Amino acid sequence: MIDIHPMIIFFAAIFTNNMILSNFLGMCSFIAVSGEIKTSLSLGQAVTFVLACTSVINYFVYYSILVPLKLEYLRFIVFIIVIAAFVQLVEMIIERYFETLYYSLGIFLPLITVNCAILGVSLFMIIREYNLFQSFAFGVGSGLGWTLAIVSMAGIRKRIKNAPIPKGLEGPGITLIITGIMALAFLGFSGIVQIQ
Amino acid sequence: MSEFIKVFKEGIYKDNPVFRQILGICSTLAVTNLMMNSFVMGVGLMFVTAFSSLTVSVLRLYTPKHIRMMVQTLIISAYVIALDIFLKAYWPSMSKALGPYVGLIITNCIIMGRAEAFAQKNKPLISFFDGLIMGLGYTIVLLAIAFVRELLGFGSIFGIQVLGEQWVNWTLMIMPPGAFFMLGIVIWVTHRFFDDNTDKGGAKS
Repeated sequence: MIDIHPMIIFFAAIFTNNMILSNFLGMCSFIAVSGEIKTSLSLGQAVTFVLACTSVINYFVYYSILVPLKLEYLRFIVFIIVIAAFVQLVEMIIERYFETLYYSLGIFLPLITVNCAILGVSLFMIIREYNLFQSFAFGVGSGLGWTLAIVSMAGIRKRIKNAPIPKGLEGPGITLIITGIMALAFLGFSGIVQIQ
Repeated sequence: MSEFIKVFKEGIYKDNPVFRQILGICSTLAVTNLMMNSFVMGVGLMFVTAFSSLTVSVLRLYTPKHIRMMVQTLIISAYVIALDIFLKAYWPSMSKALGPYVGLIITNCIIMGRAEAFAQKNKPLISFFDGLIMGLGYTIVLLAIAFVRELLGFGSIFGIQVLGEQWVNWTLMIMPPGAFFMLGIVIWVTHRFFDDNTDKGGAKS
């Protein structure tokens, strides 16, 4: 795992190891928020930003605090606290200094804390033993991949809004089927770059 | 007693976390390519939900309202860590197969949802039972999806070959798209057959 170039990880995280389409992470908000392109884009930006920062913070926390103290088993608790604290901090800063941004992102920030993709990226980066640059590339790439998936899903859902769908499939059902088709399409990328 | 029966009914189909409330499917899907994995995951989740509901309920009178989310998260994490260490120690191969998804139980919305919606307001014993049943409802759906995926993808059930030599593995089923299609179909079928017109619909959280 050591010699993979960060750029390879970056593109792999967007296309072949997409957080939603191949790792099933962040599904809850993916299904709930993919109704509109604009909101999903805002959420995607917020997720990408938080992912980029928390992957680096968690990297340092894990390798410079937990490993020397032999407390690796506490990583779940520590990561989730770091993520929650970071999200809270970002929320306060945005509210104070970037008011317009706060109104477009604000409501999504608390949601991000429980987004599995954020914790998932931190855990994957530990399991795959990435170094700092690889972790950062993985974090940003995963965020962009997640954004790509949710925005395209919002676009598709907008198109099928008036289409006649079997009653039982309305809402989450059809969203999952479309996600399946999207995942199928993304499988086509799998020959390009591959990690794991 | 009737209280328990009501909780049982709600957990298994009326409010089933996966196909009714569309909660916690992040970690649902990733492990459903093999029945054994799904089973272990489901039992693990049952354990965590039940005991964290119990703990939250025991502590509900002593927890200040405004920090309760943090307390709940810590309680859940503690049990997940216990589960992770247990699997690592006694079943390393399974721990490896489930990978980060054991840790991701923490962010599984079901547990937090039950702690918040049920354990916060009810007595310890019934909360424990509620957690157990919610976990069971989750496990059943997990196993149903895994059954189809493993049967079609590997021709086996719980690792035992059942479809014989001439069966050609349908590789797509064990890849991610298979999981999405299967869950979509499960939701469709349950909506179609079990709907008593009290459709709450829509995804939450």
